[in-house]
Amino acid sequence: MDRVPLERKVLSENDRIAADLRARFLEHGVLCLNLISSPGSGKTSLLERTLEALPRQDRVAVLTGDIQTENDANRLKRFHFPVKQITTGGTCHLDARMIERHLADWRLQDLDLLFVENVGNLVCPSSYDLGEAAKIVVLSVTEGEDKPLKYPSIFFKSDLLVLNKIDLLPYVPFDINAAAENARKVHPGMEIVKVSSLTGAGLHEWITWLEAKRKAHKSLVETAS
Amino acid sequence: MHEMGIASSVLEAVKTEMQRYPESYPCKVGLRIGEMSAFDPDALRFCFEAMIRDTDWAALELAIEFCPRRHHCHACDHEFIVRDYDFRCPQCANFAINCVSGDQLELAYLEVEEYGPGTVGAKSTQ
Repeated sequence: MDRVPLERKVLSENDRIAADLRARFLEHGVLCLNLISSPGSGKTSLLERTLEALPRQDRVAVLTGDIQTENDANRLKRFHFPVKQITTGGTCHLDARMIERHLADWRLQDLDLLFVENVGNLVCPSSYDLGEAAKIVVLSVTEGEDKPLKYPSIFFKSDLLVLNKIDLLPYVPFDINAAAENARKVHPGMEIVKVSSLTGAGLHEWITWLEAKRKAHKSLVETAS
Repeated sequence: MHEMGIASSVLEAVKTEMQRYPESYPCKVGLRIGEMSAFDPDALRFCFEAMIRDTDWAALELAIEFCPRRHHCHACDHEFIVRDYDFRCPQCANFAINCVSGDQLELAYLEVEEYGPGTVGAKSTQ
């Protein structure tokens, strides 16, 4: 019997495509952000508010993933930015190949910011690199404040936690400080913004984070080129 | 629930590797799964066994090494296993946030055995 060392990642094919996408994003100066949450935490609503707030001339696009329907793309198309739906047909996450395929007929040189809205799921999307510059996790106050402890992987890997639906705080037994504390237990120093996509409360904090990220990415691109 | 896809990727990797050993068959494939990788070893094993059942590789064993989250302390160069999200270095009590292990989903090794005269069944045609 012989033992042969393999020493490679199981998802090496996905990671290869993701690395290629990341290099292309950097080459064309595109900041790609991967939004992840449970179903119904408000990823699409947050994107609606964001697209509404961004100047029309900004070069922004969205890829939005779901198992079925074009519903989210239809909601997001109202803001006159390019939007494409990825329907996975049953797969519980997006992978790098899906991103590559759906970007095929967009010119990356025409974009500065690309949002990827993942399939609603806190587990599987955390394993698949999409070539993004950062993952963002959305948690709403109608969920449990212990979610970061129950699903540590995604909170560990995300740069930002968006605590959404804060307009409901008076009506639900959600301890927002405990939620933030739990997120930082899993991911020390994690950045957190508290918003309501319904009322618009706190959105300026999110937009400020986004603009800072865009600025940092721009200088990164300039250094690389 | 993406363990089926992972099981399939593992089998693909075994298949590719086995092309280099045409006179052998695979006995055991070793994986490393990190605590923070969001994979359930039991679900993965279940999917893996379902996929190899009634094939030439039905006896292929999946060995999973579970890797806990480990942090490295810059202050005193100590590496330790993190329990209950407590990032304080047990040696110097500094707050150590540099995660060095616990996120992996890796193929570690493959054990292959040469077909002998007594090997049951034909060569794998998978």
